[in-house]
Amino acid sequence: MSEPILEFDNLGKTFEADGSRVVALDDVSLAFERRGCHAIVGESGSGKTTLANLVLGLIRPTGGGIRFNGVPLPGERGIEHRRAIQLVQQNPLSALNPRRSVGASVRLPLDVHGIGTSSERPARVAALLEEVGLEAAHARRSPRGLSGGQRQRVAIARALACEPELIVLDEPTSALDVLVQARVLQLLEHLRRERGLTYLFITHDLAVVRAVATTVSVFQRGRLVESGGVEEIFAAPRNDYTRQLIGAVPVVTEAEARLRETIRAGAPPTPGAG
Amino acid sequence: MDRSLPLARLFRLASSKAWATFFANPLSVLGLIIVLVILVLSVFAGVLTPYPEHVGPVGDFSAMNAPPDGAYWFGTDTMGRDLLTRIVYGYQLALIMAAVVLSIATPVGVVVGLVAGYKGGWVDYALMRITDIFLAVPPLVLAMAIMGFLQPTLMNGMLAITAMWWPWYARLVYNVTRAETQEGYVLAAETVGASTAHIVFREILPNCMPSIVTKMTLDVGFVILMASSLSFLGLGVQPPTPDLGSMVAEGAKYMPSSWWLTVWPAVAILVVVLGFNLLGDGLREAFEAEG
Repeated sequence: MSEPILEFDNLGKTFEADGSRVVALDDVSLAFERRGCHAIVGESGSGKTTLANLVLGLIRPTGGGIRFNGVPLPGERGIEHRRAIQLVQQNPLSALNPRRSVGASVRLPLDVHGIGTSSERPARVAALLEEVGLEAAHARRSPRGLSGGQRQRVAIARALACEPELIVLDEPTSALDVLVQARVLQLLEHLRRERGLTYLFITHDLAVVRAVATTVSVFQRGRLVESGGVEEIFAAPRNDYTRQLIGAVPVVTEAEARLRETIRAGAPPTPGAG
Repeated sequence: MDRSLPLARLFRLASSKAWATFFANPLSVLGLIIVLVILVLSVFAGVLTPYPEHVGPVGDFSAMNAPPDGAYWFGTDTMGRDLLTRIVYGYQLALIMAAVVLSIATPVGVVVGLVAGYKGGWVDYALMRITDIFLAVPPLVLAMAIMGFLQPTLMNGMLAITAMWWPWYARLVYNVTRAETQEGYVLAAETVGASTAHIVFREILPNCMPSIVTKMTLDVGFVILMASSLSFLGLGVQPPTPDLGSMVAEGAKYMPSSWWLTVWPAVAILVVVLGFNLLGDGLREAFEAEG
């Protein structure tokens, strides 16, 4: 096994305010393999979002640490880590600035990190938009005029503009309707293969986990209760809580099985779709 | 990167729906017309007024304190100066004052509000408490105090008004910024590694522009009202400069026989304040429709 891209060593985060203590994460140790799609599941309040914020460097751990490519995080090369770890948010309506054009949003990371010369950047923006199944002409549009699925594609293009190694996907499809959800998942799967990306896929939707994840880690009230390959965990959950979660998911229907096949096939995106 | 000014971008990205809403309301259109007419009159005062030479201390001594007639539509004052001419020049001065006051007060207030709202913590606390202190002082009293120990000149009048105007912009922009900071696009800019300056001025500020533009429009009327109040009290604009507030004060001595001395300048103030208010309300409505 190659060196893991991301490791948690006894990671903990306790929030303290006005004398009350909330343990959001408690002594979590995990390692994530490169190029995998690692699902983090749990109910709300299980510590998933805290985990995402820690990985993104938005908050600091109160115990243990995180290593990214073997280097402790947040390190001295803060801006490098910023570039290498990106985020796709849950709500595509709010994730794009309504008063900036799509092109300006996608271009921002190029300007911030000095990727390409400034005369090359419009062409890069166009290429990124095409890579996520949009058209170059979308760059001039306001996000107001785009559908939820298109906005989420723009957000993915913005994350890709940073040329990241790891993308934190925070419930990226839960605000989308089912058909669009499938297309966006298909796109994400395609990009992961093409670009060799690693995903930290935060979700509460186990049907999505079963369709796209390679490993799954189950959290309950800030504790890691079970972790392993997605096939094993779904076939033989060892933990009661995991069993309950899986039991709450409808059985695999034929339609879902087909969806899973199409997503796993990771077909390139079709322009204008979703 | 999009280098155009936030204001230009605002109008480019403002949907046609916003403009349709604006023009659907006759009051908004009336406000726009009043404002445009006053702007044109002020800019071309030298050409459009019948007696531009009456701006100085003396007018036509053969027609002193004359009631409105064919030669002097609004009548003349006690120096024989044409009131219509002096009212138009009064508009010119009022608009210049409003422009100077707002062009200083707005950027100061906006920067304070943006920084306090985005940074939070002790920066927020310090900046907003200072703002509160200014807001707690009655504006006219503060202006009179400033004018009291400085000379009552036009310059000091504007300084006094500016000093009490910026905190309103700080409050307004602070509140909008607090809400916008919760939006996902701010988090996205942060995770991408954008600088604080970029996030504040290029991401958040454009989203504050509708509120700022609306307030500025409304405030032109209020600044004129405030400036007129100060000069009515004898602070601010000094004779013989034509000023609407001073004209009302001067004419009040000759009420009710020479009613035109007071009524026309007072109506002039009413019309300009009304015009900017209607326009401001129309803009607010339009921006709200845009969502």
